[in-house]
Amino acid sequence: MSALGRAVASEFAKVLSLRAWWLLGLVLLLYIAVTAAGLAFFLSDLGAQLGAAAGPGAPVLDAVTTANLVYSSVTAVGLVIPLLFGALLATTEYRHRTLTPTVLAQPRRGVVLAAKAVVALVMGALYGVIGLAGSVGAGAPTLLAVGEQAALDEPDVLTVLARTLLATALWSLLGLGLGALLTSQIAAIVIVLAFTQFVEPILRLIAGISEPTAAIARFLPGAATDALVGAGILSSLGAIDPSVPNATADALLWWQGGLVLAALAVVPVVVAALTTARRDVE
Amino acid sequence: MPSSTPLEVSRLTKVYGPVTALHDVSFTAQPGRVTGFLGPNGAGKTSTLRILLGLNRPTSGSATIAGVPYRALERPLTRVGGSLSSDVFHPARSGRDHLRVVALAAGIPLPRVDVVLEQVGLQHAARRPVGGYSLGMRQRLGLAGALLGDPDALVLDEPINGLDPDGIRWMRGLLRALADEGRTVLLSSHVLSEVQQTVDDVVVIRHGRIVFDGALSDLEQGTARVRVDVAPGDRAALAAALTAAGAGVEAGEHGLVVVGLDARRTGEVARDAGLALTHLSDEGDGLEAIFLQLTADESASAEGSAA
Repeated sequence: MSALGRAVASEFAKVLSLRAWWLLGLVLLLYIAVTAAGLAFFLSDLGAQLGAAAGPGAPVLDAVTTANLVYSSVTAVGLVIPLLFGALLATTEYRHRTLTPTVLAQPRRGVVLAAKAVVALVMGALYGVIGLAGSVGAGAPTLLAVGEQAALDEPDVLTVLARTLLATALWSLLGLGLGALLTSQIAAIVIVLAFTQFVEPILRLIAGISEPTAAIARFLPGAATDALVGAGILSSLGAIDPSVPNATADALLWWQGGLVLAALAVVPVVVAALTTARRDVE
Repeated sequence: MPSSTPLEVSRLTKVYGPVTALHDVSFTAQPGRVTGFLGPNGAGKTSTLRILLGLNRPTSGSATIAGVPYRALERPLTRVGGSLSSDVFHPARSGRDHLRVVALAAGIPLPRVDVVLEQVGLQHAARRPVGGYSLGMRQRLGLAGALLGDPDALVLDEPINGLDPDGIRWMRGLLRALADEGRTVLLSSHVLSEVQQTVDDVVVIRHGRIVFDGALSDLEQGTARVRVDVAPGDRAALAAALTAAGAGVEAGEHGLVVVGLDARRTGEVARDAGLALTHLSDEGDGLEAIFLQLTADESASAEGSAA
C-alpha cells in the first residue's frame, strides 16, 4: 500500500476506535428529524392557514419547493456537525498530543494531512447520508400526514438530496482546515459553534439590506451551500415572509456555489499544510 | 539479525526564541551497546531526541539513523522505534487500538500488535482505555509502540520513569537483551543510578552542551581515589611503586592518597613491591557524585557557597 493509503487506513482506525463519530451522527439524526418534521408542518397548508389567520399575504409554496425546504434541513441547520467533526479530526491530535506517535509513524506531515482530508470528505458525506435519513425519514411522513406531497420522485428533489452529500463533505473538510490552522480544540469548537449558529446567519440577514452587501454575502459558506444545494431556508425567507429585507443579488449558480464552497474548504487545509504542519511537534 | 544502525547526532544547535537549548551537540550511539543520555531536567535531552526522530527541526546540524535523516526513512518505524513521552495517547482509545493505528500508518503487519503487547506484559489491559492506565503501564505501551516495527535501533526518553522495582529490573533485562542482539539502544535519564547497571556508554549533557562522552568505565576511572598506608618506613617505597604503575600519589594525613588506580590495583602494586598494607580504603566519589559534579549548575553552587 502507498504511504497515503496506509495513512488513510490509520486515520479511519483512529476515528472508528472512538465514540465521537457516531455520537455526532446520532445528534445529527435526531436534530434534523425534529427540524424537518417541524418545518414540514410549518410549511404545510395548515401552516399557511395559521399564517393567513395571523395576516394576509402568506404565500402557498409549490410541492417541490416545500419538499426541498424540508429535506434541506440538513444543510440549513445541520452543517455544524460535519464542520465540528472535521475540526475535531485535526485538533484531537494536539489536544491529546497524539501527533507525536502519528508523526513518528509517518514523518511526511503533508501525507498525514492529505489522509485526514480524505477521511473528512468521506465521513462528511456519511453525515450527509445520516442527515438525509433524518430529514427525509421524518419530513416525508410529516408532509404526507399534513396533506402535502413527499415529492421523492421529483428529479429536482433528488438533485437537492445528492448535492447535500457534497455540501456536508465539503463542510467537514472546511472544519479540518480550521482545526489544523487553529490547533486549539477549545478555540476551534467555540469558533465553529459561534460562526454557524450566530455570525453567519446574522451576517446573511444584515447583508440583505443592500445590493452590494448582498452580492458579497453570496460568498459566505452557508450562502454558497444554499446555491450549491438549490434550497435553503435563509435564502427563501423572502418568499415565506415578505417583511424580511431581501435585496437580491443574482444568486450563484449551483456549480458556482459548489466551487466557492470547495475553495473555502480547501484553502485553510493548504495554508495549514504550509504553516502549522511545519512547526515542531510539541 | 538487525542491521547495524548507529544513531549519529552531529553539531546540533537548537534556538527557541531567545533561548539556545542546544549548543553544537555531537555524539554517536553505537549498535550492540546501550547508550545512556544523561543530564538534569531541562539540559536538552528531550530536544535532542525529538530532533533525532524528526519531530523537531534543528536550527543547524544534523541527526541521522545509519546515515539517513528520520524524515527521509522509508517506513521509519522498522528502522528505529521511539518512545518519547508517556502522555501521547488518547485517553478514550484502548492500548491495542493505539498500536493498531500506529501499525496501519507505518505499514507494519497487524499481528505484530499482539506480539509486542505480550512482550511488554500489557496483554491483559490491551482492550481497556489508556485513560485508566498507570504511568508504568503507559511506559510499557510506549515501549510496545517503539518495538512494533522490530527496529534496529531504539530511542527511549526516561523509560525507567514510573516503573516499579520489578518493572525496572524487567526493563533493564529487556534493553540488555535488545543490545546483545546487535540493536542500538539510546535512552535518556536524569538520574545516573537509574541506568548505571544498564548502560555501556554514557553521554552527559548540561545546559545544552555535551560535557562527557565515553564508556561508563571511563567515567568511573577518571576519579578513582584510594587511601593506603604502610609502615612509616615503607611509605617512600610504596609511593615510588605506585608512581611507576602510573598513579598520582599525594601524602595524606594518614598514609598516601592514590589517584587514578582503583583499590584492587593499588593492593596488587603493593603486593608486587613486597609491602604489607596497614590500611586500604576506597574514597572515590562514586558515579552519582561524579555525575552531579559534571552537571552541577555553577550559578546555583556559587549561590550555595555564598550563603
